[in-house]
Amino acid sequence: MTLLFNYLIFPGLLFSAVIGLLAGWFDRKLSARVQFRVGPPWHQNFTDIIKLLGKETIYPAQSKFTFLFSPYLGFLSAGLVATILGMNLRSSASGFNGDLIVVIYLMLIPAIAMILGASASRNPLASVGASRELKLILAYELPFVLSIVALIIKCGGSIQLGKILELQALGASNIASWSGALAFIVCFFCMQAKLGYPPFDIAEADQELMCGTLIEYSGLPLAVFKLTKAVMLYILPVFLIILFMGKDTSLLFMVLKYIGLLFFIVLVKNTNPRVRIDQALGFFWKVPTFMAVASVILALVGQ
Amino acid sequence: MSHKVIVPIGPYHPMQEEPEFFQLYVEGEKVVDIDIIIGYNHRGIEKLAESKHYDQIAFLVERICGICSSSHPYAYVLAVEDLFGGEANIVPERALYIRTIIDELQRIHSHLLWLGLAGHFIGYNTVWMWAWKYREPVLDMFEMVTGNRNNYAMFKIGGVRRDIKDEDIPELKKMLDNLAPSIKMFYGAINDDPVIKARLKIAGTLTKEQAIDWCVVGPTARASGVNIDIRRDEPYGAFLMNTIDWNVVLEKDGDIFAKTMVRILEMEDSINIINQALNKMPKGEIDANVKDVPPGEGIGRVEAPRGECIHYIKSDGTNRPVRHKIRAPSFMNVASDKVAAVGGTISDATLTLAAVDPCYCCTERVAVINKADNKKIMNGWDLVRLSQEKTNKIKEGWPNGRPE
Repeated sequence: MTLLFNYLIFPGLLFSAVIGLLAGWFDRKLSARVQFRVGPPWHQNFTDIIKLLGKETIYPAQSKFTFLFSPYLGFLSAGLVATILGMNLRSSASGFNGDLIVVIYLMLIPAIAMILGASASRNPLASVGASRELKLILAYELPFVLSIVALIIKCGGSIQLGKILELQALGASNIASWSGALAFIVCFFCMQAKLGYPPFDIAEADQELMCGTLIEYSGLPLAVFKLTKAVMLYILPVFLIILFMGKDTSLLFMVLKYIGLLFFIVLVKNTNPRVRIDQALGFFWKVPTFMAVASVILALVGQ
Repeated sequence: MSHKVIVPIGPYHPMQEEPEFFQLYVEGEKVVDIDIIIGYNHRGIEKLAESKHYDQIAFLVERICGICSSSHPYAYVLAVEDLFGGEANIVPERALYIRTIIDELQRIHSHLLWLGLAGHFIGYNTVWMWAWKYREPVLDMFEMVTGNRNNYAMFKIGGVRRDIKDEDIPELKKMLDNLAPSIKMFYGAINDDPVIKARLKIAGTLTKEQAIDWCVVGPTARASGVNIDIRRDEPYGAFLMNTIDWNVVLEKDGDIFAKTMVRILEMEDSINIINQALNKMPKGEIDANVKDVPPGEGIGRVEAPRGECIHYIKSDGTNRPVRHKIRAPSFMNVASDKVAAVGGTISDATLTLAAVDPCYCCTERVAVINKADNKKIMNGWDLVRLSQEKTNKIKEGWPNGRPE
């Protein structure tokens, strides 16, 4: 029963979605201020979701199941990540060995779900979006995993989030070392791509593909995709905080760190144009991958 | 060989603010062919112009396009004044300067608008909002001079409708001085940003030969190194007097980056031209009060923000033209997408389509109706009647005459 509560309400689906939607408002408001606009009121994202719930759901006749199932697949796995991260933050003993690996896998599923849904929709624009998303995954997963490998080496081979947190609580945050700082920068780029924010919003590309992967979605499934994005906006920064800035995990510091990270995400988002998919691929395989490799080497020599 | 997929851009698409239809034939991300289909928004303005008298047409053609709303009336009055022996022959000197000031202000506002949209199209919404913010003072200047922010209603045959007040001139100059640094800022920001460069360089290249072959005009041609500018080649307005010191902006790469640079540099030039015109404007009349339009044929050419805009007028000596023909610059430029966009990726293609600063409402032409299969050609009233009949048919199906 507590497990179900943890998954559905706190710190799982509901809690992370609410925080994510609030973070989405922060993003919209800050973007608006950067662009000399006023920006929406704080409840705008909630209103949007509620509005979507009341809309008709339209789906392709040939692929109803895949099309309608994939949003939930992404949302539920993102919620699971939120639960694991939240439980680890509450007490570092509540995790299990290898939860870091599970989290890395689960964080990939929303993107896979997006590809699944887009392919099921049979729209040419969505299929272009899906192929871009797939290429983007190929681009960012390699440096992302490599930089986490560097971190695992740094933490003495521990693949348990709780252990990593404990180590940081006793010593210094991982980001304070050379390998940790490099790995953090790599993870930051990958996070931007995982969130689908500029300069890596290639799969959605409003102006080219009209929201690409999401083009055929409406009503509830669209709302679920939006919620998944909101949850991702919550779990990815928190994941990075746990891995790299886990020194002090009291509520106040967590909130400050989270807002600080969010601030940088939004700044990068608003000061970069969208790159082409081949440029994104080239960028991730050249710059962050080598940074991640350097970080692994540094971690091996104990820096 | 993989099969071709059609990616539709249009008839309604968030990238284009007007209805038009581009069919991109793609293999993966690569665009292998493109179909350009226009004609969704034809308004029959040329025909309409033939039923209005000369003074009314200036207002009508102003509404061809909301962005070039001084180029079209200017080209039109030039065409009519051609019947009197040319603009220089009848229009007072002060009016010539005022015409140029309006025309150049319009160039600044149009290029800033394009710059914002270009930022939006590459997913850089900050540029979009900033460019449009700096466009506001330009519209304020318009309001000060003409009383309107758009559709200025300044042009009439033989002069202009409103004078620029002497007490407004210092204020106008101050606003121009404030605008100049922000345009410099855009120049610096776009030149220094490696991501923007990576995105815009090489993309959508139109070589000089292609530019000449496809007869492109305006900034699109100048970005490819084709040295044409009506302001220099066939001077009008304040350029007639040869008192204004300016240069034609030329780039040679022909890619989207070059097109952006041409437009930004032209804005700087325009500020320069307006400042000089404000200084050198003589006192005197602003209107020649012409009465009867003589019979004959006249042509007016104006360098609109998008390129050469041509109006042709044929008069039989009455107060209405017998024929009014308009060729807007986008009509030439849009076709060049056929070579510029093919071969690139979808991302580049969408940008290339926007890089010529297309204006479809200027460009619209009548769609051809296939006479072979005996289809009826309908006029406007037929269409209205058809739509009313259809509405009535739908209403019959409703209980109590209302939708369920």
